[in-house]
Amino acid sequence: MLNAIRKKIVTFREGAGMALDNIRSNRVRSFLTLLGIMIGVMAVITLISTVSGVSGTIASSFTDMGVGTLTVQVTGSDAKTGVTPEDMAVISNLENVDGVVPSVSLNGRVSYGKNVQTGVTVSGKNAYYSDLNKDMIVQGRPLNFIDDDNSSYVCVISQNMIDQFFLGKDPIGETLYVSGLPFTIVGRYKEDSGGGIASIFMGSPDVIIPYTTAMKVNNSNEVTAFTVYLKEGADSAEAKEEIESAMDVLFDFEEDCYKVSSMETIEETMNTMTTMLSSLLAGIASIALLVGGIGIMNMMLTTVTERTTEIGLKKALGAVPGQIQMQFLLESFLLSMIGGLLGVIFGLALSYGLCQALGTHFTLNWGAVALGVGFSAAVGIIFGWAPARKASRLNPIDALRAVT
Amino acid sequence: MAEEVFFRMREIDKIYPLEGEDVHALKKVSLELEEGDYLSVLGPSGSGKTTLMNIIGCLDTPTSGEYILRGRAVEDLDEEELAALRNREIGFIFQNSQLLPRLTARKNVELPLIYAGFGPKERRERAEAMLERVGLKDRMDHLPTQLSGGQQQRVAIARAMICNPAILLADEPTGALDQKTGAQIMQLFRELNEEKHTVIMITHDLKIASNARRIVHIIDGEITEGGLQDA
Repeated sequence: MLNAIRKKIVTFREGAGMALDNIRSNRVRSFLTLLGIMIGVMAVITLISTVSGVSGTIASSFTDMGVGTLTVQVTGSDAKTGVTPEDMAVISNLENVDGVVPSVSLNGRVSYGKNVQTGVTVSGKNAYYSDLNKDMIVQGRPLNFIDDDNSSYVCVISQNMIDQFFLGKDPIGETLYVSGLPFTIVGRYKEDSGGGIASIFMGSPDVIIPYTTAMKVNNSNEVTAFTVYLKEGADSAEAKEEIESAMDVLFDFEEDCYKVSSMETIEETMNTMTTMLSSLLAGIASIALLVGGIGIMNMMLTTVTERTTEIGLKKALGAVPGQIQMQFLLESFLLSMIGGLLGVIFGLALSYGLCQALGTHFTLNWGAVALGVGFSAAVGIIFGWAPARKASRLNPIDALRAVT
Repeated sequence: MAEEVFFRMREIDKIYPLEGEDVHALKKVSLELEEGDYLSVLGPSGSGKTTLMNIIGCLDTPTSGEYILRGRAVEDLDEEELAALRNREIGFIFQNSQLLPRLTARKNVELPLIYAGFGPKERRERAEAMLERVGLKDRMDHLPTQLSGGQQQRVAIARAMICNPAILLADEPTGALDQKTGAQIMQLFRELNEEKHTVIMITHDLKIASNARRIVHIIDGEITEGGLQDA
């Protein structure tokens, strides 16, 4: 019993040594074969790390933005298509609510003098929004409640707009035409740099005007989307219920007039999407691994045929089939593992580079590394099995006769 | 307890199916050896001498008949047991030495010890002692390609003897060597036999065969002549 174990250990160790020798002596062929596995594992690691890095960044910025806010989308009923400023006043007076920011979009054609830009994001906001973002104003003044009340034709503009219209010029007091109407620029704000990728999804406005003015431009006196800011420490679920019952009253208890969603629900949707994306990419990558495995199998079958005499000799010297099988299995396993480890190294390097390029935070995903290493081990064993078995079953007489 | 039978073959038959026809490779072969014998099996090609060597070497089992090696009935053994028996009791020496080209002389000699499960230290010691015995003390770390044909065959002999087998089984051991080197190898076999190693030499060459103390002729699968002759 003890002897049998010792025999196994000795064969294992010597088998590993000989396997490495053989891999080394067929350098070019071994390299080409393990290239398949390497590329497969590299793809797996890169895709998983990059996708998880990007989605992690998205998720965290959503969370940053979404703490203590609820978004209300209004589809309206036949009788009432949106909410009025008075309705919003009702919502902002609710117990859990600190304030409400309406969002009225104008798809902007913006001009200054002869310079015309289309596709500029113009958004109508209120004084509460200005209060929340007062740190953002770097020049001039923010919009205030007087602007709201008077539906003034004033605006604050982003750095982006400065770059496009007012290079080297003081914009304050200048007149900007939005949808053909003149707006006086009263302030300039810097973009929210912390928003990162989330701001791409959420859209960061270039021009902000009073929402009452925006409604006037749109020829409407109702708002169809607004964000509710909760009081500090307020429970989001409780607040949601409160808002829903207030909205029910406003819409005479008609169904499907609005939807209150928290950032968490948006985040969940995002997570589902990224999970789906990851598994799709992992599926593609595993095809690469499969092809790599077939490459290993091909090489091992060739090797077994080439080394027929060696196998016969070893059997004549007393190697049992298990020892022969072990040696060849070790060879394909090690070959695949070398490919896998190289793939992990290159994959991590590549995903680090990609994360840097995309401006997302790179996190070492141990799951991906384990997956890559595990995959290559499995590929080596699975695809090495048949050739190793073939070697172990060679008849020593035929095998020796192959040369003598 | 009766004394253990060292080597006995009784009425060995070997029949191969070949292209739908049975080839009777060995017919009622009986052979008995004492420890320390030196036997030549002499026969032309196609006589069945390779088949006989395969059966003596436990690479193959007889279709019928009895073969006992060191008290063990070979015909009853399975593949693993045959491998173990080859490992311990048979020392093969092939015509073209059959060394593994990527292993040094010492590593080649160690090979059977690996399959027997010996650790590196003991393997090394025993291999070195054996290589010294065959006169290759200063060639231990050479690769086969760095050795002459005669030296390669000496490595093969050292490898065959490393597990202290019952029988050294040589198949045309000088077939690939020039006359002078061949004579040196024959001299080595004679010395080993004098040290009480049992040698069976398979050959088609009467001159080589006559090195042995006893010659049997094999023709068409039958042993036709045996007996002792002067060494």
